[in-house]
Amino acid sequence: MTSASSTTTQTFTAKVATPTTRLVGAMAIVSMAWVVLGGLFVTPSDVNQGDAVRIMYVHVPTAWVAYLAFIVTAIASACWLLSRKHAMGFDRVAGASAEVGVIFMAMTLLSGGLWGRITWGTYWAWDPRLTTTAFLLVTYIGYLAVRGLGGSLEQRARRSAVIALLAVLEIPLVHFSVLMWRSLHQRASVLSGDGDIKMDGSMLTTLLVGVIGFTCTFAWLVMHRSRVLAMQDAVQSSQLDAALQDRASESAGLK
Amino acid sequence: MDHLGFIAAVYLTTFGVIIVLVAKTVKQGRDLASKVADKDKPWT
Repeated sequence: MTSASSTTTQTFTAKVATPTTRLVGAMAIVSMAWVVLGGLFVTPSDVNQGDAVRIMYVHVPTAWVAYLAFIVTAIASACWLLSRKHAMGFDRVAGASAEVGVIFMAMTLLSGGLWGRITWGTYWAWDPRLTTTAFLLVTYIGYLAVRGLGGSLEQRARRSAVIALLAVLEIPLVHFSVLMWRSLHQRASVLSGDGDIKMDGSMLTTLLVGVIGFTCTFAWLVMHRSRVLAMQDAVQSSQLDAALQDRASESAGLK
Repeated sequence: MDHLGFIAAVYLTTFGVIIVLVAKTVKQGRDLASKVADKDKPWT
């Protein structure tokens, strides 16, 4: 992990992990193991849905992480826009969080489709919750595409921050779509309006451990992905510096 | 267990994607870390 090569002026340590990321990673692994064992073998089947309810322990946490990721993207983008120095760390956290969010949102749609096939008899319906969720996914794929356009790091940060602040407004629309329109999708099971939780103890525990585990996975991924993005930016700017130096020496040789 | 195929597909896909993403991130990080000087890595 700490194998290193060094030059006379700079050191190049092949190290990305830190004690914090290792701790978060270990928490994620333990929680995920609980979800698999608890979700598949320990928790009882549901009175109405039977064993199909086991999909819930994966489907609900992935949806939660996708929401969280897009909210983190918006907060980091706002911090970049409002900070005086425009620290690029905020922009990289925004980008990393959106990348992770898109993957978790896609997994939510996939697990929801398979769950829907069992309970509704179809993988997909143009239902308000499903349609708004798909629209949210496409929006953030667009956000990542915009991040990939050319230009300076500051241009990338500015235009993607504006898009992130507009895109996050879709989340309340997705979340409350089951209340605003007639929907096949069930309403919130855990955080219902009256505060009543109608769920078996082991089912609720497994679901909450799942939420914690997937959140730890998200945190680990965002920390590591933002470090990867920082190093990609550093490599890009050093390549640009080298190209400019070559150009300057070429033109000096022509004179 | 009823609907075992669907349930297995959900768990395998979800955890499989997460494992691939983690492995890809670790590999990318290691490859880039050997090219980037420590002064550009505030976490070191």
